[in-house]
Amino acid sequence: MTTSPLPTRPRPAVATAPAPLPSAPRHRRAGFLREQISGWGMIAPAAVLLLLFVFLPAILGFGLAFTNARLISPRPVEFVGTDNFARLFADPTFWRALLNVTYFAVVVVPVQSALALAMALLINKKFRGVNFFRTVYFLPVVTSMVVVSLLWLFMYRKDGLINELLSTFSFGLIQGADWLNDPATAMPAIIALSIWQAAGFHMIIWLAGLQSISGELYEAAQLDGASPWHQFRYVTWPGLKHTRSLVLVTITIQALGLFDQVSVMTQGGPLDSTTTIIYEAVRSGFKQQETSYASAISLVFFVLVLLISAVQRYLTREKD
Amino acid sequence: MKNSPRLSTLNNAGTMLLRILFAAVAAFPIVFMLVSSLKPDTQIFGDMSSAAAFLPVGNISFDNYAAVFDRVPAARFLINSIGISAVTVVLGIFINSLCAFALSRMEVRGKRVVFTVILATLIVPFQTLALPLVWWVNQLPYFELSGFSLEISKGWLDTYQVQIIPFIANAFSIYLYHQYFESIPKELDEAARIDGAGWFKIYRQVVMPLAGPATATVAILTFLPAWNSYLWPLMVVQSEELRPVMIGIQYFFQLNVSWGEVMAYASLITVPVVVLFIAFQKSFINSIASSGVKG
Repeated sequence: MTTSPLPTRPRPAVATAPAPLPSAPRHRRAGFLREQISGWGMIAPAAVLLLLFVFLPAILGFGLAFTNARLISPRPVEFVGTDNFARLFADPTFWRALLNVTYFAVVVVPVQSALALAMALLINKKFRGVNFFRTVYFLPVVTSMVVVSLLWLFMYRKDGLINELLSTFSFGLIQGADWLNDPATAMPAIIALSIWQAAGFHMIIWLAGLQSISGELYEAAQLDGASPWHQFRYVTWPGLKHTRSLVLVTITIQALGLFDQVSVMTQGGPLDSTTTIIYEAVRSGFKQQETSYASAISLVFFVLVLLISAVQRYLTREKD
Repeated sequence: MKNSPRLSTLNNAGTMLLRILFAAVAAFPIVFMLVSSLKPDTQIFGDMSSAAAFLPVGNISFDNYAAVFDRVPAARFLINSIGISAVTVVLGIFINSLCAFALSRMEVRGKRVVFTVILATLIVPFQTLALPLVWWVNQLPYFELSGFSLEISKGWLDTYQVQIIPFIANAFSIYLYHQYFESIPKELDEAARIDGAGWFKIYRQVVMPLAGPATATVAILTFLPAWNSYLWPLMVVQSEELRPVMIGIQYFFQLNVSWGEVMAYASLITVPVVVLFIAFQKSFINSIASSGVKG
């Protein structure tokens, strides 16, 4: 103890009690204490709630994945090691779910971001009626995914609106499918409505990016006689570098979390062709009350999300 | 090197045509929903192969809406959702702005660490938490005051609070407020302190009145998921009288689906949000643009 590098450490604490430090007047010190107390009092409500409903469940989820916990069970929770993961990785439905969300993401990510960018470019410049178009493009976004799924469930019927439209616009050439009841068309049908609903959301993010590009750059390009395509290629596209990775990552993470559409429209069917990671987690964790198995699925989902964020960080850092 | 005037007119016309095409694709399902909600089922199917599918023509009435209130406790679901969203939004604005105020404008020891930890929670998507959270809220104690005795039971499942309390504190709202508070000059606080104002008074009377845009953004970003929430109430609410609007759709998938009624219910729970959106369009757009930075 005597060789401690801070042997005099307790002394100031003793000294400050009877007489305040000369450099800090009394009202300042009182203010300091009051600031600490009210500050922590203001932080506490949000901090405690986040602790209770984000931090603890996250840690719990990690822990529960290695147990046999059930939602309602008289038995005590027991540690079972990696049993849940062994079962998960041996489950063909899980692999099917992983394949399905990959399929979903591989189509939705490029198509949705491209359409959203096209919409943003169409309404980026001011013209008469720009507000009308922006409002209309954004309408699907304020419609909840549950309502959208319900609506499209109706439109996708064999005798529904989609098939009627297809037949009208192809002059009777295209005979529509029974979209949601055919394993080959169910996922493409869900992909189409998902893009329809969410493209407007990412249009707004692209727009914010577009508006951060200085107008002088376009003027300079026009003076040099650059065609609209060259302006896009050499001014707009490089200017959207950060927005680009942002849009790609948010769409990818949303795509992996696919749930509402499947729950309302197909319940994972037909023949597991539309089941997803989150849908399987809910099926086991809620319907079969196997909290532990569902936690294992959630953990795998989280690792996927982390991987994608890490890849994004890496890609954007490299370019800076 | 300028394009000829005729070419540029052609170009403009083409652009406008594209704009209209996109608008038509974005709007047709919604128009179809609203229009069909006013028609009897036989007419919905009869109109499907013509433009009448998108026009309020023929046998138009509000019968489907009346039937919805008969078949489903729709009024109850609407009241529940309005209540749940309103309480979540109001408490969320208060608690998150208060936390951000202390983190941004006060010299609190350890605030850096707290802020970093709060921001770290942003990386956890709700879907990861949902299933462990169901188990967790079922372990929490539930206090009930009956007469003069306090009864403690286990589990929050099937209550209003389980639909509200977990969603009040929000790391992203704290982040948004923090960003906004940093842009308000700190001299204002000092002037108020010299006048003898306490910290809470500075928060309430100096800083919050200037943070309107941040409050609008937080209100919208809290309201939309609260109103649209589906996965969570699906798992934690069983009693009919506690259910929110999105769960109400399950009532329509019994025998003999009346699609006119389904479309009426879908319109009923969508139109309030659309009206809010049109009224506060600028704030909606801003809040979505800022939610992009979440990544």
